[in-house]
Amino acid sequence: MYNGRKLTFGLAAIAAMGMVASTAFADKMYGPGVTDDSIKLGNTMPYSGPAAAYGQIGKSTAAYFDKINKENGGVNGRKIEFISLDDGYSPPKTKEQVRKLVEQDKVLLIFESLGTPTNSAIHNYMNQKKVPQLFVATGATKWGDPENFPWTMGWQPSYQTEGQLFGAYILENVKDPKVAILYQNDDYGKDYVHGLRGVLGDKADSIIVAEESYEVTDPTINSQMIKLKDSGANVFFNVSTPKFAAQAVKKFRELNWDAVFLNNSVSNSVGAVYKPAGLDNSKGIISLMYYMDITDPANFETEAYKKWSKFMDEYYPDGDKSSAFTAYGYLVGQTMEQVLKQAGDNLTRENIMKEAANLDLELDMMLPGIKIQTGPNDFFPIEAMMPVEFTGEKFAPLGKVVSVN
Amino acid sequence: MATDVETRVDSRLTVGAKIPFKWVTLFIIIGAVLPFFLEGYSTFQGTLIMIYAIAILGLNLLTGFNGQFSLGHSAFYAIGAYTAAILVYHLDWPVYVTIPFGGIVCFVAGFLFGLPALRLEGLYLALATFALGVSVPQILKSSHLEGLTGGVQGLDIFRPEVPAFLVENFGLTMDQWWYLIVFVIMLFMFWIAWNLINSRTGRAMMAIRDNPIAARSMGINASLYKSLTFGVSAFYTGIAGALAAIVIEFVAPDSFTFQLSILLFIGMVVGGTGSIWGAIFGGFFILTVPNFAEEISTGLSYAIFGVILILVIYVMPSGFAGLVNLLKMRVKKMF
Amino acid sequence: MDLFLQQMLTGIANGAIYACLALAVVMIYQAIDHFNFAQGEMAMFSTYICWAMIAGGLPYWVAFFATIIISFIGGLAIERIIFKPLHNAPVLSHIVVFIGLVAIFNSTAGAIWDHNIKTFPSPFPEGSFGGLIGLHEVGMFFVTLFLLLAIFCFFRFTRVGMAMQAAAANPASAGLVGIRVGWMLALGWGLAAAIGAVAGMMIAPIVFLEPNMMLGILLYGFAAAIVGGISSPGGAVAGGFLVGIIENLAGTYIPAIGSELKLTVALVLIVTVLLFKPNGLFGKTIVTRV
Repeated sequence: MYNGRKLTFGLAAIAAMGMVASTAFADKMYGPGVTDDSIKLGNTMPYSGPAAAYGQIGKSTAAYFDKINKENGGVNGRKIEFISLDDGYSPPKTKEQVRKLVEQDKVLLIFESLGTPTNSAIHNYMNQKKVPQLFVATGATKWGDPENFPWTMGWQPSYQTEGQLFGAYILENVKDPKVAILYQNDDYGKDYVHGLRGVLGDKADSIIVAEESYEVTDPTINSQMIKLKDSGANVFFNVSTPKFAAQAVKKFRELNWDAVFLNNSVSNSVGAVYKPAGLDNSKGIISLMYYMDITDPANFETEAYKKWSKFMDEYYPDGDKSSAFTAYGYLVGQTMEQVLKQAGDNLTRENIMKEAANLDLELDMMLPGIKIQTGPNDFFPIEAMMPVEFTGEKFAPLGKVVSVN
Repeated sequence: MATDVETRVDSRLTVGAKIPFKWVTLFIIIGAVLPFFLEGYSTFQGTLIMIYAIAILGLNLLTGFNGQFSLGHSAFYAIGAYTAAILVYHLDWPVYVTIPFGGIVCFVAGFLFGLPALRLEGLYLALATFALGVSVPQILKSSHLEGLTGGVQGLDIFRPEVPAFLVENFGLTMDQWWYLIVFVIMLFMFWIAWNLINSRTGRAMMAIRDNPIAARSMGINASLYKSLTFGVSAFYTGIAGALAAIVIEFVAPDSFTFQLSILLFIGMVVGGTGSIWGAIFGGFFILTVPNFAEEISTGLSYAIFGVILILVIYVMPSGFAGLVNLLKMRVKKMF
Repeated sequence: MDLFLQQMLTGIANGAIYACLALAVVMIYQAIDHFNFAQGEMAMFSTYICWAMIAGGLPYWVAFFATIIISFIGGLAIERIIFKPLHNAPVLSHIVVFIGLVAIFNSTAGAIWDHNIKTFPSPFPEGSFGGLIGLHEVGMFFVTLFLLLAIFCFFRFTRVGMAMQAAAANPASAGLVGIRVGWMLALGWGLAAAIGAVAGMMIAPIVFLEPNMMLGILLYGFAAAIVGGISSPGGAVAGGFLVGIIENLAGTYIPAIGSELKLTVALVLIVTVLLFKPNGLFGKTIVTRV
């Protein structure tokens, strides 16, 4: 079937050459999971188990598709059928569920699947089967490798990129820096450290004076914090998830540690981290952002926030409006919508990848000056971020948008 | 006493019994033709069920037949999987050869772990093994071993193509080919287990389970048998782990969390502690029921799984095999 | 030296967390002669109940004691409703039911109260002793000691306490001398749930409240109970502090371990202790009769 379509595609293209070029692609071309009035998209998420908090991402994306199905009748007249399955953050389960989606449910593509180990488990499978694995919800660097894995693409700035940006920030703004790092002992934590080291180059070993890791099973990170402070560092770089970040902020103040506090974007949230840790304690924390913090009251009056808030009330009323994950899912949903719009009636897997690598998109919830841009050799949609300082109430921009390029 | 592992399966049904050839033949025929009627994905699931069944059987040999608890079999599963993955990835060994190696490495690991475990019984052993299950993923992630294990990113394994003559003559796909390999291995492993249980060794194992002191006084070298059983149990689980690594084509520390140990444990109890064939039902249960729970409610899938588990224990407190035995006896009484 | 002192005190603070939960573990063990793997999730759920009451406007102490009572009744109910019909089922089946309970509590808490972390108030004043140890940790230390004393007195000086031990140690004989074994079990469940609730409410201000907050802590709680001796409440508390301190000091001063293998250290500790003292450091030796 699939090959048949490819053949007709070829014939149509040849036939079209002789005619007027603009009508060449008027023919409808469909990959698996597409009909005249529907498109099937697949996804895996941890809806259960220790990583279940991330499940909100999938739920808000599903809600976003409900919205466009209801309000716009889908994309280009086709309703989106979003099939999101639970993998419990277990790689073997991801493989099982993705095979179900691709082989049994026959989805057009998989997108926004969450987690590095889980996406790694299907990385080769997707590329062998030539099924798009788009906008994976993880910040590992390996998702942007079009040469070897032309069917896989990330979305958010990679952890490594952010680490590099922080490194550049330190070199520029801190005199005689001595850095202490707290990181989660997995790919996410290590990618940040790796990025930071990359920018510091030869000086890395002299600048980074202490590195401590923690396990997600650790009850507290107090012991690590004490060791880090003891190193005499004047910059504290925190690479931890919200629960541990909140603990770190509290302990940082409790220890009266006089250092620049750099916080990774994973836990840069007023509602999920700074409020639980104490707004006063969180004053002066510096972080990098790329989309609006939805818990920041300063944003409540913006058009973008109001639109999002209305969407949440109508389509995802159980959703937590103070969780950054819900905004994340909303934004990725919009990115996917754009790809489908651009693809028009040519909904083959090849064309989806072509359009995914041809994005130049501004979304209203992104910070000004930050765009989603991709190209045939650029599979990193978001690469720029804005340094901000938390004032105890809101985020104040420090200078302008930075990027690695 | 808490240290006893009670098993309520009627021993007459497993010990000294003959293999019910009719049923086994039927099972083999159905099992062998099944992949030709299923789609790729279902065949893959069937393969996973059989892999779980092998691991559960391994756990059952230890707990059901020898009375030693383990909540840490994910550790052996992981060791088997990583042995296969490392041999393929770093040393380019042929995939097929790595399967027994996964088992052998685990046998040694299991035997060595079984030695200190000799001093522990019941609850304490459960905890010590649980500790093992929890630490193995951490150790796999550790920076000291990262070069070998690939750290959190894990390792990819590529399977060789299906032998050409099978593709030409039978149109065998990769999924079907590996289904059949796993099927044959599973039958072989079950056959060995059956013979083991019905041998002198098996009777010694069970004597230790039922009354360790009496067994010792009868001259059974309890320590040796217990450690050996640990080794054999780990061997089974290691084979399963190696197969899983190959079939899934990927290993990562997150694949082998203690949740896997708990799943295997559930599979054993639900299938029937002390029953060999119950392991197949156990494997079926732990693969399909979580999927089923998810279909009912995504957000509450764990809760539904929990409720199903409790209900299952109500209906069959001695597992599926226990229930079947009970029904068999009822039927016999009726006539 | 400063570092040493700080790590020592942090170890004690962590130890207080483990000890608190270990007490609940020992309590249930006294009653059912077994571990309850759902202990941590039950404590987490109780803490959420308290949080919901405080969020609803109740004063802290009212919510605190109401939670203890609700948890007690809840524990009682679990035994009566779920475990009573299974008295004759094999122990392994009981463990599967525990696992089922873990799944139910965890998933339900997530569904009702979502997965974001929540601040849980501390009954003790804020601040710390010279940045060395927080006042909450100090308060918690004394709560743990108070609980320990209460449990000790309960088992030593009350008829019910002794009857409960008898019912656990030898149900048949206990039944013969007129102890209502079934209700003793239920009582044990209730008390364990109540102690777990206190532990949860003490731990939550430190680690923040979320459905998985007990995941790691329960492991350490078991480790503490085992190291100290599962039959001895005092041993469990001592075990908790020991695990907390050793884990921190080993993580600080042994470079090969670092923070990466801290949990592994705790686990190696259990196995080592068990090898030399199979009944824990302070546990009674059990003699098996043929």
